[in-house]
Amino acid sequence: MTVFQTWDMDFALEHLPELLDAFVQFTLVATVLGSILAAVLGLLFAIIRRVRVPVLAPVVTVIVEFVRSTPIPIQLFFVFYGFPTIPGIGFNISAMTAGVLVLGVHYACYYAEVYRAGIESVPKGQWEACTALSIAPRYQWQRVVLPQAIRNVLPSLGNYVISMFKETPFLYVIGVTEMVTVAVTQIGGDAFRYTEVVTLAGLIFLAASYPAAVAMRKLEMRLGHA
Amino acid sequence: MATPETTTAYETTGARASGEPMIRFEEVLKKFGDLTVLENLDFDVAPGERVTLIGPSGSGKTTILRLLMTLETLTGGHIWVDGEPLWHMPKGDKLVPANEKYLRQVRKKIGMVFQQFNLFPNMTVLENVTEAPIRVLGKSRDEANEKGKELLERVGLEAKYEAHPSQLSGGQQQRVAIARALAMEPRVLLLDEVTAALDPELVAGVLNLLREIAETTDITMLIVTHEMHFARDVSHKVMMFDHGQVVEHGPPDKIFTDPDHDRTKAFLHAVIEER
Repeated sequence: MTVFQTWDMDFALEHLPELLDAFVQFTLVATVLGSILAAVLGLLFAIIRRVRVPVLAPVVTVIVEFVRSTPIPIQLFFVFYGFPTIPGIGFNISAMTAGVLVLGVHYACYYAEVYRAGIESVPKGQWEACTALSIAPRYQWQRVVLPQAIRNVLPSLGNYVISMFKETPFLYVIGVTEMVTVAVTQIGGDAFRYTEVVTLAGLIFLAASYPAAVAMRKLEMRLGHA
Repeated sequence: MATPETTTAYETTGARASGEPMIRFEEVLKKFGDLTVLENLDFDVAPGERVTLIGPSGSGKTTILRLLMTLETLTGGHIWVDGEPLWHMPKGDKLVPANEKYLRQVRKKIGMVFQQFNLFPNMTVLENVTEAPIRVLGKSRDEANEKGKELLERVGLEAKYEAHPSQLSGGQQQRVAIARALAMEPRVLLLDEVTAALDPELVAGVLNLLREIAETTDITMLIVTHEMHFARDVSHKVMMFDHGQVVEHGPPDKIFTDPDHDRTKAFLHAVIEER
């Protein structure tokens, strides 16, 4: 076995469908579900902190600091292997569920900061106009503040989606068969050929995230000029 | 135009013979940190009366409007609106600090137009005008739209229902803001330097609109403005402020042509010189 292998195109093409399959089934699904969870939970976190909900606000602060100060693989290990063993509250969850939960909560903590910035970018006069019209807090948020806040930070939110997408290979540590796991342990491990499949996996990531990043930059410019 | 009876500031104890005032300030104190903006302030505004507050910046005029709109919290004293305490609610036979729900109830009687318009940029012109009637007054969308269009027509914007505020001139935006405030059918309308942010050529249009509203409605108005001609035309009473105190007050003819106090003379002189 040589360290430097020449590129075997047949081998690459033969395994491309497997990679794409894993990409769609796990990488994309984890990113989409994780992003939705992060978007909803992050917004909740941001509002709880902004309104200073008693009890909940300090809890959110602790969660955010904890999550942002620990690496994703540790969080994955904890949720997948540690959580089910906790007496009384623990139960078994699938690796994919654990993965989506961890990615979602992890990014919710970053989203919360982005939302916070967005909420602060809404001029004070908008809140005052709501008060002057006696609009109840619920509608102030729903109809006036959040539409403006989210619009302002849409590019940042999008960039975090791309960032999460690129961190899905961490799900490897709890055995989710996402694309990189398939490339390295299944195809590569079986054939003792890694170059083609790992390169392909990298290219697939690039092909998805580069256009997305460009789109976000364009969006940013458009919103900036609006 | 109905001429409301002259109100007497300072003599605020006991109901006046003519009935409840629409607005009553009673020993009002407002501080921002260590800075006292209003102190021991008493005045009444009768229903339908239009009062202009004049005075140098920092004299507390805008703070009075913001206290009424509950955009600033009261430090001391009492404010009454249409016989109800604004910042306090009755509990048994005592007055306790108002909660948010109570505040919302009382402030429904009051509308405000801001210097910076503060329209909702994420909504169309018509939505800006119908949002609060639908969410707060519980009107149906159809009803709110009909009333909204009527109001927008009145302010001269019948062609702009579907436009967004960013597509309008400052003058048009302020007209929408006036329509938005009127859509809530307030008893009291607060106008806070509503032409100060406008290009000079757009000022007259907005002022004429307000003149027209003043002539055709009986809404009580509190006006902060530096447009002295407008103040003279629409107000029943002018109050001159300095350092959080009423220097003098009276009918506009008197205040603008023959004021008693040197402070008022100096202020009017400076304002008129400026033009």
